Amino acid sequence: MSRSTLNRYGSKGTAIGQVRGLGSSHEGAHHWLQQRFTAIGNLVTVLFLAISLALLPGYDYATMREWASGVIPATALALMIVSVFWHARMGMQVLVEDYVHTPGNKFAAIALLNLATIGGAAFGLFAVARLVFSGAA
Amino acid sequence: MAERPLSPHLSIWKWGPHMLVSILHRVSGDGMATVGLAVFLWWLGALASGPEAYDTFASVMGSPIGLIVLVGLSWAFFNHLSSGIRHFVLDIGAGYELEVNKTFSIVSVASGIVLTVVFWAMVLLV
Repeated sequence: MSRSTLNRYGSKGTAIGQVRGLGSSHEGAHHWLQQRFTAIGNLVTVLFLAISLALLPGYDYATMREWASGVIPATALALMIVSVFWHARMGMQVLVEDYVHTPGNKFAAIALLNLATIGGAAFGLFAVARLVFSGAA
Repeated sequence: MAERPLSPHLSIWKWGPHMLVSILHRVSGDGMATVGLAVFLWWLGALASGPEAYDTFASVMGSPIGLIVLVGLSWAFFNHLSSGIRHFVLDIGAGYELEVNKTFSIVSVASGIVLTVVFWAMVLLV
């Protein structure tokens, strides 16, 4: 890197020179932290699901239903749905921000993402509630 | 604008483990966010609907294509988990030395594959 490039980099005349040292502009730190907190939630709850499924004696309807409607598995599934859909929304948001550069398209993509993830989580929680509260189907 | 130094595109770089672990983290994460969550909701919804809906789900997922999807999703989870733990280590400021970073990247990718094999061994044997 030549000296003139270095000078230009630090000058107030360039876009990056104007924003250096000002800290974050939006909600980057909040997003970053929430992604980590939900990652820990995913680690615990999805591992619980994976290990439980691996240890089940069979994968037929009766076995699966009996397992999933138990108090602890159902609670874990509900918590997992919240954590996983939240984390997925944040990860997909980063994907959109990296590859969709037109403001209108970005807005539409994030709106669609919100509908899909909030709708998906609501459906999942409803399914868990129905499993637990409907008794033998 | 044309004279400013721009990052060259992907094709000119020599691939290294750190690049592989980074793109696999994104691929496995976004794969789970799309395909994974869809399969998960189908499983849960079918389970809540009754035996017929569950049997439809089970027969599709038990088919060769369905099993490829399930193995792929389990790999995505264990890979994302492994490289996610790598991210936590990097977050505390550790593991940036070139050799350590390279080794950790290789371990991370390998661990995703090993855990997937262990998981399916448990599914089939236990």
